[in-house]
Amino acid sequence: MRRALWVLAVLLSHWRRHKMQFATLLIGLIAATALWSGVQAINQQARNAYDRAAATFGGVRTAMLVAPDAASFSQDLFVRLRRAGWPVSPVLEGRIQVNGRPVRLLGIDPVTLPADVGNAPRLGAADLSSFVALPGQTLVAKETLTDLQEQEGTAPPISSGAKLPPLRVLPQLVPDVLVVDIGVAQRLLNKPDQLSRLLIGKPKGKPASLQSVVGDALQRVEPNAETELERLTDSFHLNLTAFGLLSFFVGLFIVNSAVGLAFEQRLPMLRTLRACGASARLVNSVLVVELVALALVAGLIGLVCGYFIAAALLPDVAASLRGLYGAQIPGQLTLRPEWWLAGIGISVAGALVAAATSLIKAIRMPVLATAQPYAWQQRQRRWLILQSLAACAVFAVALGLLQYGVSLIAGFGVLAALMLGAALILPAFLEIILLAGQRSARGPLALWFWADSRQQLSGLSLALMALLLALAVNVGVSTMVETFSRTFVGWLDGRLAADVYISTSDNAQGVAIRNWLKERDDVQAILSGGRAETQVRGQPVELLGLPDHALYRERWPLLEAAPRAWTQLVPGNAAFISEQLSRRLNIRVGDVIDVPTPGGSWELDIAGIYADYGNPKGQLTVNVAALIRHFPQTPQTRIGLIVARANIPGLIAAMQSQFGLDDRSVADQATVKAESIRIFNRTFAVTSALNAFTLGVAGIALLTSLLTLANSRLPQLAPLWAIGITRPRLAAIELTKTLSVALFTSLLAVPLGLLVAWCLIAIVNVKAFGWRLPFHVFPLQLVELVAVALVASLLAALLPMIRLARMQPANLVKVFANER
Amino acid sequence: MLSIRNLSKTFSAAGEPVHVLRGVDLDLKAGERVALTGESGSGKSTLLHLIAGLDAADGGTIRLAGIEVTELSDAGRAGLRRDRIGLVFQQFNLIPSLSVADNLAFQARIAGRHDAAWSGELVERLGLGSLLKRYPEQLSGGQQQRVAIGRALAIKPSLLLADEPTGNLDEDTAEDVLALTRDLVARTGCGFLMVTHSLHLAGTLDRHLTLHAGRIA
Repeated sequence: MRRALWVLAVLLSHWRRHKMQFATLLIGLIAATALWSGVQAINQQARNAYDRAAATFGGVRTAMLVAPDAASFSQDLFVRLRRAGWPVSPVLEGRIQVNGRPVRLLGIDPVTLPADVGNAPRLGAADLSSFVALPGQTLVAKETLTDLQEQEGTAPPISSGAKLPPLRVLPQLVPDVLVVDIGVAQRLLNKPDQLSRLLIGKPKGKPASLQSVVGDALQRVEPNAETELERLTDSFHLNLTAFGLLSFFVGLFIVNSAVGLAFEQRLPMLRTLRACGASARLVNSVLVVELVALALVAGLIGLVCGYFIAAALLPDVAASLRGLYGAQIPGQLTLRPEWWLAGIGISVAGALVAAATSLIKAIRMPVLATAQPYAWQQRQRRWLILQSLAACAVFAVALGLLQYGVSLIAGFGVLAALMLGAALILPAFLEIILLAGQRSARGPLALWFWADSRQQLSGLSLALMALLLALAVNVGVSTMVETFSRTFVGWLDGRLAADVYISTSDNAQGVAIRNWLKERDDVQAILSGGRAETQVRGQPVELLGLPDHALYRERWPLLEAAPRAWTQLVPGNAAFISEQLSRRLNIRVGDVIDVPTPGGSWELDIAGIYADYGNPKGQLTVNVAALIRHFPQTPQTRIGLIVARANIPGLIAAMQSQFGLDDRSVADQATVKAESIRIFNRTFAVTSALNAFTLGVAGIALLTSLLTLANSRLPQLAPLWAIGITRPRLAAIELTKTLSVALFTSLLAVPLGLLVAWCLIAIVNVKAFGWRLPFHVFPLQLVELVAVALVASLLAALLPMIRLARMQPANLVKVFANER
Repeated sequence: MLSIRNLSKTFSAAGEPVHVLRGVDLDLKAGERVALTGESGSGKSTLLHLIAGLDAADGGTIRLAGIEVTELSDAGRAGLRRDRIGLVFQQFNLIPSLSVADNLAFQARIAGRHDAAWSGELVERLGLGSLLKRYPEQLSGGQQQRVAIGRALAIKPSLLLADEPTGNLDEDTAEDVLALTRDLVARTGCGFLMVTHSLHLAGTLDRHLTLHAGRIA
């Protein structure tokens, strides 16, 4: 043991003399762990939220009974089942507005609620009576209470004018949900004796068959391990994980570079230790122990940094998930112990992987091995050939996945293979460029410039690979986001056809407002719409009702359409289908779709396909009159108006004054559009942040590589200085060299990034969201990103260059000094 | 050609001043070949570095071909090395990324004094004709040192400074390399100052000086 400690002390003495290298190693490990753990923390937070949502008084985690058409059913069925020994508990669900904000209202029966219903929040026995007895209670999550701008104990009115029971905070409850006693819910939702579903508890004996008690009125839905929301958001989390993984690998590049250099520098020390009698096993074991100890320290610091990164990004991620999928994620970060353990584990594993080459070299090193490296050219050529062959194999895998892959994972596989292949082939690509430069060089310094750049390549290649990957991801994601942004804005212009949008509190108010509007000269047209929800082939589908008006024919964009598509819609036996639903159900124009309605099946010819960006649900657009015929309960609360621009402010003010509408209930087109674009931009804020992080880590990788190389490069630079080239000139040449290879790398990153963008747009987005965007290239954005990469490289190169320019001659003389 | 007066240099080691040179006086004529010996740590390499302008003296003067080296700026000293001084080191210090041919021509091209005929003669006399396309790591120690000598002499310097040029070579190779150097120095007519531990090799030059306790003995 003492011998091992002595060897450890000798090994650690290296870091005392090479503080910058030590810092580099720690920075790499901390950056890798922090970014990976930060992303994992966000994913965990979101998944916890989905779990909470799924478990809220029986979500999909619980077996339940529902009506075949997913509509509400009579409470009598519940009574019959209880009498037949079924341990069922009733739930009624609907949507209400409180202070103008839409929320989910859940009515439950705490008395019959089975104890084994998911991991639903429990009501204590003492609370039970206050919940059930008048005036009752409305259970609410703390964040929802804040959103509603209410205090605990108040009883706010809903849009119909009825009052909720007093609010009480239940911490475990999912956001945007209010839970009340079932009787209260039936009253508030105006659904007397109606239920949405029956949760099934654990039966004590064997109850009568479902069929014998309720016939076909109800069907059993088995619990689901994965919710619809989880399925929908899988791609988003996979995306975040991919970013985290990329950053992690970029961080490991730094570690690899630092450990590799330390190993080369410690070769004489290792040989001396072996020569002094320390066994190879002991030295190698202590090397591993040293690395693990460093990884533990860096991992802990990385976890703390990861926590702060996650906390900083979480609001934007929550906004993204809400904007894209309607998922509600609490803004406050809570972490489980397994997150900390996984973070430490990934730090140690990453350090061992990054140091694997060096450790294997150390294990295989003969005790009298010479310190001389192989001839750099031969070594480099062999590696370049091997790497290029590996790159070709990886590209072949990418092609295979592109050809035969069908899943989202395959899409990400194509992306990963593409980037790995490009990273592997980068040194060969740079070698060809630098060799061409060397062959065309005239002056001696130019010749040395190219030749030395080639020699430096092996030391810088990992950092350059990191730069290539970071920049390619930046180009890819930025191109995708910009394409999405422009397409989205253009699409919004078409979709927001009306000039003013009104959302009434109920049908009665809708009728009153419509009648009032008909009397006004400044209103050119009243466009009443409606929405209903159903399920088609197991998919949740939203039915959007539009009136027949020339405005839609002119401005509503269709991706594909049958002849006279809009005219086909009018009788009510045709529909347009959103792109994502058409892909999910594999439905094309001309196909027929059966839509379950309360009155039976509704057969619709598909007359067109339209883009419906950002909607997690599939959507069918039909004529509004037909929608109301098939779904009589459809709220008629949505109204669009065509109004001359100059008359809009006056009309809105008049409506607000007449009907007491607030800003959320009535808005002009510009406001709605601005709000949509704001949500859109927020959705991609997290992507921008991760982009910046990745590029930043790549910059650090380049800086650390240059700093670690700087000392080992003195023997190459000192002879030039001795021959008569001044230190500032040498520094300028070194800077130019770094910038040149960074520029060549950036130029390769541009086509690679565009390929990444194409993969995201044509493969990943289609698989993840169900829509495909047109592919655009934005040259100015590319120039900007290359400039950012060069500035990052310049900043990375600046410090070592300043040190070189200011280096004391004594340090350079040391290269030549055999004695003094 | 080279005149040194009262040259002094002090280093600091573990906070203690170490007086390496304590008033060195030295004269070297054009074409003269001088060996400098002395025990380890006597300041031989330091003296060479000061003459070459690789380091700055604390006191005294160094005059080379009419130029006061100690008064030159950093850039001025670099120019002096580039144009007037050939340097040969024990560790050869060739540029590993350049071929033998490019290493040989490097300093002369930098100085703008490339003479193809002279370069060709150097290649021939140094026996490097078959090695021109090789890289330094592909050469033996003797071959590398011959390239270093060729590089230093390619500019036809006023003064050739060699710091233990044969220190890494075996005895026979050392003899060969030094003989070649002597001939080439005679051919160019430049001054030659060589630091060495070998009294035998020192004896083959015109004059033999010994540095002891920071002074020429």
